[in-house]
Amino acid sequence: MDILITGLLLGGTYALIAFGLNLQYGVARIMNLANGEMIVLGALAAFWIFIADAISPILTMLIVAPLSFFGNWLIYRFLLRPLVRRAKNQGQLEVDSILATFGMAFALVGVMVSIHGEYFTYSYLAEPFEILGETFALNRIVAFCFAVLIGAALWLWLYFTRAGMAVRAVSVSTEASGLVGINVPQLSAIAFALGGAVTTMGGTLISTFITLDASVGVVFTMKALIIIIMGGVGDIRGAIVAALILGLVETAVARLIDPGLTLAAAYAIFVLILLFRPQGLFGRKPS
Amino acid sequence: MTSADVKQLVWGAILLALAACVPLVANGYWMSIALTIAMFTVLSTSWALFSGPTHYISLATAAFFGVGGFLVGTGMSDYNVDYWTMVVIASLAGTVLAFLVGLATLRLSGVYFVIFTLGLAEMIRTLVSWIQNNFTGSRGLYVLTDLGEVDIYLHLVLVAAFVYLAGWWIARSRLGFAMRIIGNDETVARHVGINTAFSKVILFTFSGFVASLVGALIAPRYTYIEPNGVFSPELSFIVVIMALLGGTGRLWGPIVGVIPFALLQEYINANYSNYSTLVLGIAFLVIVYFLPQGVLGRLEQLWAKRRQSTW
Amino acid sequence: MVDTNLVLAVQNVTKRFGGLIAVNNLSFDVSRNEVMGIIGPNGSGKTTMMNLISGALALNEGTISLNGRYISRLPAHEINRRGIARTFQLVRVLPSLSLLENAMAGMVFGHQRLWGEQARHEASKLLERVGLGGQQNVPATALTYIDQKRLELARALAAKPEVLLLDEWLAGLNPTELQQGIDLIHSLREDGITIILVEHVMDAIRSLCDRCLVMAAGAKIAEGRPQEVLSDPEVIKVYLGEDI
Repeated sequence: MDILITGLLLGGTYALIAFGLNLQYGVARIMNLANGEMIVLGALAAFWIFIADAISPILTMLIVAPLSFFGNWLIYRFLLRPLVRRAKNQGQLEVDSILATFGMAFALVGVMVSIHGEYFTYSYLAEPFEILGETFALNRIVAFCFAVLIGAALWLWLYFTRAGMAVRAVSVSTEASGLVGINVPQLSAIAFALGGAVTTMGGTLISTFITLDASVGVVFTMKALIIIIMGGVGDIRGAIVAALILGLVETAVARLIDPGLTLAAAYAIFVLILLFRPQGLFGRKPS
Repeated sequence: MTSADVKQLVWGAILLALAACVPLVANGYWMSIALTIAMFTVLSTSWALFSGPTHYISLATAAFFGVGGFLVGTGMSDYNVDYWTMVVIASLAGTVLAFLVGLATLRLSGVYFVIFTLGLAEMIRTLVSWIQNNFTGSRGLYVLTDLGEVDIYLHLVLVAAFVYLAGWWIARSRLGFAMRIIGNDETVARHVGINTAFSKVILFTFSGFVASLVGALIAPRYTYIEPNGVFSPELSFIVVIMALLGGTGRLWGPIVGVIPFALLQEYINANYSNYSTLVLGIAFLVIVYFLPQGVLGRLEQLWAKRRQSTW
Repeated sequence: MVDTNLVLAVQNVTKRFGGLIAVNNLSFDVSRNEVMGIIGPNGSGKTTMMNLISGALALNEGTISLNGRYISRLPAHEINRRGIARTFQLVRVLPSLSLLENAMAGMVFGHQRLWGEQARHEASKLLERVGLGGQQNVPATALTYIDQKRLELARALAAKPEVLLLDEWLAGLNPTELQQGIDLIHSLREDGITIILVEHVMDAIRSLCDRCLVMAAGAKIAEGRPQEVLSDPEVIKVYLGEDI
């Protein structure tokens, strides 16, 4: 039972990160491998601000979100748009964006390591909280609640506003969207920026209960990828389910088998999905 | 064989002979660098044999390299098997693994393939590490041989010769023709009778075989094998950077990227080791934005423009 | 009793894309050395049917057989090796190869497996045949539209196929080129090839085809000789709409 709830709490927070990548890959069609580094940046910001002024990470999250939005918008506009224009087909764009975002990821890691090379963690709301007779860390619960809130806000925006509908249209077909008058480049930039902001918020939330260091970004990128591919790219529902499954599996493996194998378990899921159901749990099989 | 073919073979033989003479003039420090260059040349060139024509970026090099090195380490350390037998076993294991991975990844393209190969290498690394920590008890594996740097270097030059010969032969063969067609238009390739899946698997298996062979051959250099060392993901990325930097359009493209980048890495590791990751990042960005066809590709473009303008 | 005159048998073939039924329970036979035309308004499923025969798409129901053996679930390269070659609706030459190499491509991997000097020799003859003689080492991208179509045809013929699928091969040609194209296809009949062509150009249908199949919304609405089919009121309705 304990495993179940801890796993779900973890999964909920993972879902937020997956949303970010879903927006970037599903809409802007950029596989952002620097995604994990956005998480670490958000976490670092929370750490510094907390250590310096004891300001709640939740507040930090609200500060870094617009910063991250703007930063990612700049990245899309100046680093990624030239690739979109240059690519003759989707395949080439994918290869180019993989290489470019790898470059960004390594560059960011390099910079972060030279600024703060050690592990960082801080104690925020590390008190016990009771649910159904079992105790859990309050910080995990708070992180989960905020992840749900942000996720819900995102979902409402996507499904109940015009801009959100435009974003969903682009994720289905960039060509057709252009034909109905949607400014695809502008919307892709916004989606990319929004995805980055959501990811960074996820990073600040995760930093409340997990110890991180500057180079751990790639692990989170992998997890985000596993989630969106398992759930079906562009599918919000699928991402949530997949994130929860991942959270559960990781927690179960850590408690029941060995904490050292959580990563291997995650990769194993990934490998199995790609082999047997590459369209994800909720995606449609390509004809 | 045409006269152009013969010329290529002669050039190749001359350059390889020159490479084999390097130990005669190089002292300890430069010999070490030459060894690193030889290793990466073989890895990058064999990588490019698959990834060049298919445009699939494989990050699995570290997996096969690691399997090669690790099996040699554990075979010699834990089971007292002699070095050369382990080299054979390790290469076979790597080949089988590459074949299976190749089959599994056929349906994947683009991003999924890249991530799959990265994930695979990482998975093998964590698994091997975990097995080592919990079962075999030994932390590191010792590879103790009489082989010195010069010996290993010559082994690698021999493998390089083999890889270049294979590449030369493939380019003139049906397989090479098939890969060119696949690179132009995969649908047409299938409709002219090319079993695209099979062609890709063969090349991928070959590059996996070479990577595991290199891993096995270079193990004596390190003497002490540790999973995080041989399965280092950085290795995969460096191989990719070197091959793309040089250009995958020609067989001798990758070595053009290997030599300067290896030297750069030496310099950075010696003086600014904190920045090595940053250097990797910058290298990727340079390749994507300024040298998408590599140095060789860019030079060939400029050369073609000059010839046009002289008309 | 196997009918040796029957080359291709399409039986109850259905192809769905999600909710859209592109080919609906279609059946037809093609006899040896016949020229069969498939016509119909845009979106009627003609190219999808070609794709199903050539193996570019997998069907959902039904079977397709070549000379009595099923080819319906085989991969495209295997179907090609069994003797089916095709051209594409949007011409697909191999841009970084020379003309000679483009033509060679068709014969290296198919059932003939020619290579080297012999392949170059045969490819050269083919280029002459389709009217591209003398341009062997020109890069494929330098060709005009009709020459690219000729090249694609050469590549398809290089496979020495039993069945040749021409997907709107005569589209986009001016009157002179059209006549040249029709003459070229006529000449192919003499080689004993069975041809299935998807076309919109009615003159070509009338002059080339022995029989015609009319498709609309994925289903067969008429089959028979061109004169009969083209004067069938159902067919006219499908092309021109209802009487006002």
